[in-house]
Amino acid sequence: MHAFEFLRPENAAAAITVAGQAKTAQQGADVRFVAGGTTLIDLMKLEVETPARLVDINRLPFDKIEEMPDGGLKIGATIRNSDLANHARVQRDYSVLSQAILSGASAQLRNMATTAGNLLQRTRCVYFRDTAMPCNKREPGTGCPAITGSNRTLAILGTSDHCIATNPSDMCVAMAALEATIHVEGARGARTIAFGDFHVLPGSTPHRETVLEPGDLITHVTLPPPRAGSRQVYLKLRDRASYEFALASAAVVMHLTRGTISDVRIALGGVGTKPWRSPEAEAVLAGKPASAENFRQAAEATLRNTKPQSENTFKIELAKRCLTHALQTAANG
Amino acid sequence: MSDKQQSNPQHWTRRAFLSTTGSTAAATFIAANVPLAANTSEEARMPGASGPTIEGAVPITLRINGKDRQLRIDPRTTLLDCLRESVLLTGTKKGCDHGQCGACTVHVNGRRVVSCLSLAVMHDGEEITTIEGLGTPEAMHPMQAAFLACDGYQCGYCTSGQIMSAVALLKEPCGPDDASVKELMSGNICRCGAYANIVAAVQQVRKRA
Repeated sequence: MHAFEFLRPENAAAAITVAGQAKTAQQGADVRFVAGGTTLIDLMKLEVETPARLVDINRLPFDKIEEMPDGGLKIGATIRNSDLANHARVQRDYSVLSQAILSGASAQLRNMATTAGNLLQRTRCVYFRDTAMPCNKREPGTGCPAITGSNRTLAILGTSDHCIATNPSDMCVAMAALEATIHVEGARGARTIAFGDFHVLPGSTPHRETVLEPGDLITHVTLPPPRAGSRQVYLKLRDRASYEFALASAAVVMHLTRGTISDVRIALGGVGTKPWRSPEAEAVLAGKPASAENFRQAAEATLRNTKPQSENTFKIELAKRCLTHALQTAANG
Repeated sequence: MSDKQQSNPQHWTRRAFLSTTGSTAAATFIAANVPLAANTSEEARMPGASGPTIEGAVPITLRINGKDRQLRIDPRTTLLDCLRESVLLTGTKKGCDHGQCGACTVHVNGRRVVSCLSLAVMHDGEEITTIEGLGTPEAMHPMQAAFLACDGYQCGYCTSGQIMSAVALLKEPCGPDDASVKELMSGNICRCGAYANIVAAVQQVRKRA
C-alpha cells in the first residue's frame, strides 16, 4: 500500500475543502473519502487506488435514518448496510432495498460498508483489479483485455469497445427501482442527483463512473414516500447460494389494481455497466394484466439490445428468467 | 506460560512449539519467555520503547479486550496487522487479506467486522474484541465450548474467525433454522469443510440460550 496522509476533519466543510484540491474524484483520485473501507482499502492494497490523502468521514454527522416530512426516508451517508437493511421502516416500506442489501456480501462486510460507499462500489472485473494487466478503467488508453479474455461475469448491457465491467452493487439496483435521490455537498454548495443520473456509461471514458467532481461529498440518500400496496421483490442469481456477486438480479416494485399493473419500476443487476433501470420493461407492462406472457415480453424488451461477449451469452436468458420470475413473485404477492 | 508448562511439552501451545523448532530458537525462547523472539516482544513495540521509529506514525488508543492500548502505528496498518504484529494477539488470523474469507473477524464496538479491510487508525478510541477476549482454556465462552463439543474445525485456521462471527450472530436478526445460520455464517470460509459441525455448534448455543 502506498503511503498517505490520514485526515479526520471536524466537519463536512473541512472534508470538502481537502477533497476539492483533488485533480479528480474518479479512478486514481489523489484524495479519497473513506468510511467502511471495504472497497477502498482492498483496492489500496492492490495499488489500484493510491490516494495521497485519505479523509475519514466516519465521525461526520451523516449517521442517521430519519423520517422526511413527506413520508419518505432520509438515509445518512455513513449508515452501515446492515443497519439500513434491518431498519423497521425499510423492511416495511422499502423491502426491496432490505432484500437487496441482505443478498450482498457477508454479515461482517454489511456491518462495515456504508450507504455512500455502496453507491461507489467498484467493479470486480479481474483485469481492473490486477495492475499487471491493461485496463481502460484503471489506466485510460491501455486497452480492455476482458473483451477477448475472461468475461463470464461481465456486462451485456451498456458496454462499449473500451469497457465491459459490471457494476457489482445489489443496493444500487433496489435504489434504482425505488427512484432514490442522492444528496451531495460540494465546493459549489449542495445539490441533488436523481439515481438514474448518478452512474454514467463507460463509453470512451470508463475511468469515469459517476457524475461526482472533486470535493463532492455524498451526505445522504432520500427515498420517495412509499405507496400503499406496493409489491417488492429482489431476486439474485449467482454461482453459489450466498456471499457471491450476482450473475443476474432483478428489483421489482409493482402496484396491481384488480390484476392489472397500474405501476411498476424495474431494475437489473449483474448484467449492466451501471445499475440497470429498464423503462422498456416498465412501458411493456404499464396497464397490462399481470400475466406470465406479459412478464416474458417485458424481459424480452429489457434484454433486446445486449452485447454479449465470448463467455457470457448465457446471461441474456438468465437475466430474462430472473426478471420474469421476480415479476411473477411480486404479482403473486 | 509458566515454568512448569514450559518444562512439559504437552502444555506447549502450537506457536510456542513452532518457535522452538528453529535451530537457535530454543535457547531464546527459554531465556526471553516471549511468544516469538526477543525482538518482537510486546514491550519493544510499545510507545516509548526503544525500537525503530516509524516515519509518519500516528498515536492511537484501542480498547482491546477491555484494556486500553496506546500505540504508534503507520496509518497504513490494518486493524488485523495491528492486532497481530503490534499487540501480538495472534489468535486473529490472516487468510485472504482482502475481505473474502472471514478468518480475521473481530468485534468492533460489539459488531463483527473483517479486520483486514479496516485501518487501525480509523478505530482510535473504539472497543475491539478478539478471540483472546472471549474466554480462556479454563473458562471458555459457550461458543468456544460448543465448537469443541461439536468438532467444528479440522485444521483450525478459520476457527477464531468462525467463533467471532458465531458469537456476533447471537445478537443479530437470524431465523431459527439451519439455513438462516448458514446464510449469516457465509462470510467465513472453511476449506476443510467443517461447515456441518460449525452450524451444529452455533445451533447448540442458540438452543441453550
